[in-house]
Amino acid sequence: MATYLLRRVLLVIPVLIGVSIASFLMSHLVPGDPVAVMLGERATADDTTRLREELGLNDPIHVQYWRYVSNAVRGDLGDSIRSGQPVLTEITERLPSTLTLTVCAVLAAAAFGMTLGVAAAVSGRGWVDAGIMAFALLGISMPAFWSGILLILLFGLKLGWVPIAGTGPKALILPTITLAAPAAAVLARMTRSTMLEVLGQDFVRSARAKGLREHVVVVRHVLRNALVPVITIIGLQFGGLLAGSVIVESVFSRPGLGRYTITAIESRDFPQIQGIVLVTAAIYVFVNLAVDLLYSVIDPRIRYQ
Amino acid sequence: MAPGIESLTGRAPHMLLGADRARRGRLAQVGRRLRRRPGALAGAVVILLFVAIALLAPAIAPGDPDAISGDRRAAPSADHLFGTDDLGRDVLSRVIYGARVSLRVGLVSIGIALTAGSLLGVVAGYTGGWLDSVIMRVTDVMLAFPGILLAIAIVAILGPSLFNVMIAVGIEAIPVYTRTARASTLVVKEQEYVIGARALGCRHARVIRRHILPNIVAPLIVLATIGVAGSILTAAGLSYIGLGAQPPTAEWGAMLSTARNFLRDAWWMATFPGLAIMLVVLALNLFGDGLRDILDPRLRD
Repeated sequence: MATYLLRRVLLVIPVLIGVSIASFLMSHLVPGDPVAVMLGERATADDTTRLREELGLNDPIHVQYWRYVSNAVRGDLGDSIRSGQPVLTEITERLPSTLTLTVCAVLAAAAFGMTLGVAAAVSGRGWVDAGIMAFALLGISMPAFWSGILLILLFGLKLGWVPIAGTGPKALILPTITLAAPAAAVLARMTRSTMLEVLGQDFVRSARAKGLREHVVVVRHVLRNALVPVITIIGLQFGGLLAGSVIVESVFSRPGLGRYTITAIESRDFPQIQGIVLVTAAIYVFVNLAVDLLYSVIDPRIRYQ
Repeated sequence: MAPGIESLTGRAPHMLLGADRARRGRLAQVGRRLRRRPGALAGAVVILLFVAIALLAPAIAPGDPDAISGDRRAAPSADHLFGTDDLGRDVLSRVIYGARVSLRVGLVSIGIALTAGSLLGVVAGYTGGWLDSVIMRVTDVMLAFPGILLAIAIVAILGPSLFNVMIAVGIEAIPVYTRTARASTLVVKEQEYVIGARALGCRHARVIRRHILPNIVAPLIVLATIGVAGSILTAAGLSYIGLGAQPPTAEWGAMLSTARNFLRDAWWMATFPGLAIMLVVLALNLFGDGLRDILDPRLRD
């Protein structure tokens, strides 16, 4: 068990190094002179020289990378070109709002997706199954920026049940539904197919043969075995939703990392962009690590592989 | 792929008949099976319909998509079936021209991903060793950027534009094809017909082209079909947040972005572009699901 956990934790390191190299290289991959791009058209030669010196772009690239990483580990992601503020401070100010939305959406997606998937699987091949699957197909085909707009039109403007903007808990309802719907659809399809697979196993027939009630068979024998792949998908979905919140925040005019990202790209503020990319990817890597560690609790077989 | 043929004869299925005959036979078989699936068939019909709309846009659009009339935010009527937008442009014409943009983005970006991804995957799987390790580690790092973030990062590097969105969405999708192509290659390269071809003195390039690629292509095609749906969604999303198509391009995501500002009094501006995206994506998913059930049942999610 301990070796499994240790190995899994150590596997994170090369990925994090790769992520840091990728986010470091971003400003270097800009076609043309990155400093000129960052400063815009009105920059003078003096400005360009000064910023180049400030960013340390005159040093050899491995020196630059080492400085970038050692600063990042100490919590210094550089200062924004636009505002002059430390990027990490700007990000941590906006992160809670985005994370709240993401976590709510993941929980909603897990609850609805798994319930629908289980219902579809145990109902047999009838209209319940067909209905749920049609709904799920619709869910993965609706762009979030459109379903969000439709929800605003219906519940915000027509019925007036919920505010269409703002930051209170009620204002969180529609964005959560918007962000969660596609993920719930994916989870419903996934849960259904793994459930069906497990339902066909011998031990399920044995459980039924020894007279266990159907819900005991479904919950204890089938669902528990179907959980591992489903939880992987939930972990992967978390990252997708964290990044997808950029669009949903934009639809609902929510303050958060989303709007920050969009303005950072529009003004080509690379310290900001690199900070967002690094922080988001790091969160995602650690969430997936947590999910992997969670498996070994759910499924003892994994510990001994 | 006809199951079991290679295990019976030790030869690739396409070598039993002439390669062309086998391919035509298999295509016909896939066609027959697709026709028995109403969902996949409906998907195919809707896709063809949108392809026709995109190709014939100048002929069927009631007007110029960028032409400005004095009639701003006019509700749907006989003159403007889908109404007009905030600048008085005909929404129906813009939705029709938008099909060109979205289909092109979907095809080009998945073309990039499919080509680069399968090439990398086949090379990684076939050669193994350090090259395999390097390709797969880079793939791992790309997959560490969740969802739309990698595409956003690439657009941030290249600068916002529709062309850059195609490239960004294409690169973002590469790892999926790399992994699938590599996994299939690892299986196929151990088959007796591949070993046989090598023993006969075939060069690696020929083995890959004639023996590996034809036998790993099915899951890749399935992924690409569903991938086009995903890339249309991603690209429209990037255009929605202003990183893709720039005004005045008639693009569905960008149209929705403008429509968001006029929800109170012009619902039609938001309804029809969104409906168009959903229909195309739904059709591609339906068709892709059907194709997957026929070509590669193991991929079922």
